[in-house]
Amino acid sequence: MARVQFAFTVSFHFLFPALSIGLASYLAVLNTVWVWKKDEAYLRLFNYWKTVFAVTFGMGVVSGIVMSYQFGTNWAKFSDRAGAVIGPLMGYEVLTAFFLEAGFLGIMLFGRKRVGEKLHLFATIMVAVGTMISAFWILAANSWMHTPQGHAITPEGLFVPVSWVEIIFNPSFPYRLVHTVLAAFLTTAFAVGGVGAWHLLRDRESRPAQIMFSMAMWMAALVTPVQILVGDMHGLNTLEHQPAKIAAMEGHYETHKGAPLILFGLPDDEAEETRYAVEIPKLGSLILAHDADAEIKGLKAWPKEDRPKSAIVFWSFRIMVGLGFVMLLVGLWSLWARWRKTLFSDRWLQRAAVAVAPSGFVAVLAGWVTTENGRQPWTVYGLMRTSDSLSNIDAPAVGASLIAFIVVYFVVFGAGIFYIFRLVAMPPDQKSHHELDKGPIRSAGITPAPAQEPRDGV
Amino acid sequence: MAFDLPTIWAGLIAFAVLAYVILDGFDLGVGILFSVFRDEHDRDVMTNSVAPVWDGNETWLVLGGGGLLAVFPLAYATVLPALYVPLILMLLGLVFRGVAFEFRWRTQRWKPVWDIAFMAGSTVAAFTQGIALGALVQGIRIVDREYAGGWWDWLTPFSLTCGVAVVVGYALLGATWLNLKTLGLVQDKARQWSLYLAVATLGLIGVVSLWTPFINRLYFERWFGWPTALFSAVVPLLLAVCAYVLWHGLRTDKHLTPFLAALGLFVLSYVGIGISFYPYIVPGALTFHDAAGPDKSLSFLLVGAAVLVPIILTYTGYAYWVFRGKIDPKEGYH
Ligand code: HDD
Ligand code: HEM
Ligand code: HEM
Repeated sequence: MARVQFAFTVSFHFLFPALSIGLASYLAVLNTVWVWKKDEAYLRLFNYWKTVFAVTFGMGVVSGIVMSYQFGTNWAKFSDRAGAVIGPLMGYEVLTAFFLEAGFLGIMLFGRKRVGEKLHLFATIMVAVGTMISAFWILAANSWMHTPQGHAITPEGLFVPVSWVEIIFNPSFPYRLVHTVLAAFLTTAFAVGGVGAWHLLRDRESRPAQIMFSMAMWMAALVTPVQILVGDMHGLNTLEHQPAKIAAMEGHYETHKGAPLILFGLPDDEAEETRYAVEIPKLGSLILAHDADAEIKGLKAWPKEDRPKSAIVFWSFRIMVGLGFVMLLVGLWSLWARWRKTLFSDRWLQRAAVAVAPSGFVAVLAGWVTTENGRQPWTVYGLMRTSDSLSNIDAPAVGASLIAFIVVYFVVFGAGIFYIFRLVAMPPDQKSHHELDKGPIRSAGITPAPAQEPRDGV
Repeated sequence: MAFDLPTIWAGLIAFAVLAYVILDGFDLGVGILFSVFRDEHDRDVMTNSVAPVWDGNETWLVLGGGGLLAVFPLAYATVLPALYVPLILMLLGLVFRGVAFEFRWRTQRWKPVWDIAFMAGSTVAAFTQGIALGALVQGIRIVDREYAGGWWDWLTPFSLTCGVAVVVGYALLGATWLNLKTLGLVQDKARQWSLYLAVATLGLIGVVSLWTPFINRLYFERWFGWPTALFSAVVPLLLAVCAYVLWHGLRTDKHLTPFLAALGLFVLSYVGIGISFYPYIVPGALTFHDAAGPDKSLSFLLVGAAVLVPIILTYTGYAYWVFRGKIDPKEGYH
């Protein structure tokens, strides 16, 4: 149950960073263009997304604070044993990233008039940099758990650091960092693109909507192929260090030379076979090892208690990759439309963009589920089992708090997501929205949040 | 007293927690005071006075928790399960309160609901922090590197009293903060409440201080044994000075002084607790040397802390500077 609780809260948490990492950089770009070219449309867009960012960020912060305390409440034994390695990395995250974000966030949101354009731009960039640094440290910690190195184990079973460079730059870290940050960019690109497309469908002439849509489609077209390439390299790396995870992702129970690629099927851990498999011969080996005859180990090569559960990983992996290719298609389509100069008039492209707006979030969660479930049954891969990591807390306590978390998260974050939807349902060029930013204190209100109220359906 | 790494870190973590208590203390206090400030417009001014800084304030809590995991993993792994229930409640309280900052501007109809969330979340967070402190003062049973008590052990009259004390104390910080940042009627009301809350806070500090030495022989010897008694006599004396300054400041309509004096009260109470605890991190069970991680972890993070904490303090100070002065209720509304 502690696992379910952790998985639930971390999944919710990651939804917000996925958007805030991307949005922070996007806002920095918008702000730069505004300061540089003094084009009102960019300022308007900045203010538009800034409000969304504020809401997302707020939810990211509170769900993140929950995370940092859950290591102790739910994974006490893990914290005791691995704290000396994981802890300092997260300590650095707080010192280098969270304070930076928090310190400049206030200025970014409320301070344009008080500090002037240049400093305000600086603050915006600092917030974006902070989100990157944050990703760096937390992913270093997480990657170490997948591919641990640079530590020693004391007789009491404690992990102690030996070389920090080795710990931080562990083998899976570079891939994971790039793959996750690109994932955050893509998530944002498709969310922004979806919103832009939505407004274009209403009003083709809206300049802010055009800018949004066009920028997002550039990102989609350029970053998706890179992401797929990185994903492939990530997979190769995983094959080298966590072959059992790959076997589970691919649904292979038998060890093959020239393994087939199973497109679909139902992996069955009991029967140790993948039912109804639709296979392409040899392609599995070709993709994974870039050699059609390479040997790929199947799950049976490991004792049963050392195998991850194949069914979840198999499907979550397919969801992620499938969405990756959908994104690629949309990206290519936008290039085609751009070339034919129909980017702002191609209704079907815009409808498609609206439809795939949430795809980034789904892919990101699917990716994490693959990664984290594929690590099972280990917390620290090969060294510490998940079942040995738990706290010594009575089941009713965990059960009660799990229910509390589920209820609270759905109410609170449900409301938050609803407000975000309402914010983005407003056309970006509504004049009143621009005026929201007149004073140094945003959203101080004799007339609170005017533009959205007429639509208030609650 | 040797200045080895665990000692330095104990000091640093103590500093982070103190920074958290006094900074988030006043913004939680503003939330608690929502219960007596009913007017919507007043509430807008109140949230605006803390909106630009609350996130930074709460980051000290993350540093306290993260730092504990990094340098005293054993303490982290035993204290947190022991305080499971209050901590979960605190987190949920912080969730409600944190999102309310943004959400209350996003809707008209539901604004009162988020106002209640803001008030209740703040109050619960403060109350559970007090409980956690009280429970820690009582001590935690640790066997074999694991927490060995039940999950209701923290619930005692003493810890509940500490909870109330922290709520009242934070409200005092909040009220003096509003006295500093606002004008007109809101300020008058805040000043009035500061007076009441100051009396209540001092009373509760008194109760908790007199109670503490009787909970554990350790504290008793620390406070009444020679020669430490000499040292511990200074703290109450300084408390009295702060109390006078606070009172006088409020009476003579000073704006900054009462806030500083209220902070002084907190710092001194905190020092008092520190005197009781030293050299333990979990009283009676774990000294901070027992709980410390390997030197390699401590020194690695210390390098970062030594460079970064001053920088952080600088730009945090800058952010406060940018938003200095009174909240003008007519300034730039939308
Ligand atoms: C790749 C990025 C990433 C990942 C994998 C995680 N986070 Fe996160 N986290 C962020 C990226 C981020 C961020 C972008 O930096 C956030 C999002 C919104 C924000 O305020 O900062 C954040 C906020 C945030 C906060 C609040 C910071 C503040 O007060 O400003 C905490 C305490 C954590 N996170 C802790 C965690 C923990 C314990 C995680 C692991 C289980 C975790 N995060 C996964
Ligand atoms: C660095 C410290 C981390 C620790 C100690 C940790 C530990 C764990 C553990 C023990 C589980 C339970 C596995 C299961 O129930 O199958 C889990 C699940 C999960 N973790 Fe992590 N994790 C860490 C970091 C992260 C990060 C940075 C993310 C990214 C956001 C993440 C995302 C997830 C997800 C999405 C799951 C759910 C998978 C599922 O469906 O079970 N974790 N983690
Ligand atoms: C289509 C091509 C893609 C491939 C081949 C691919 C490959 C992979 C692999 C092999 C992993 C697991 C690595 C491990 O557990 O060791 C992974 C994880 C992940 N993927 Fe993908 N991926 C693709 C597309 C995407 C897309 C489009 C997104 C999101 C927008 C995404 C987001 C993630 C995330 C967040 C993780 C977990 C973090 C990590 O381990 O890096 N992936 N991916």
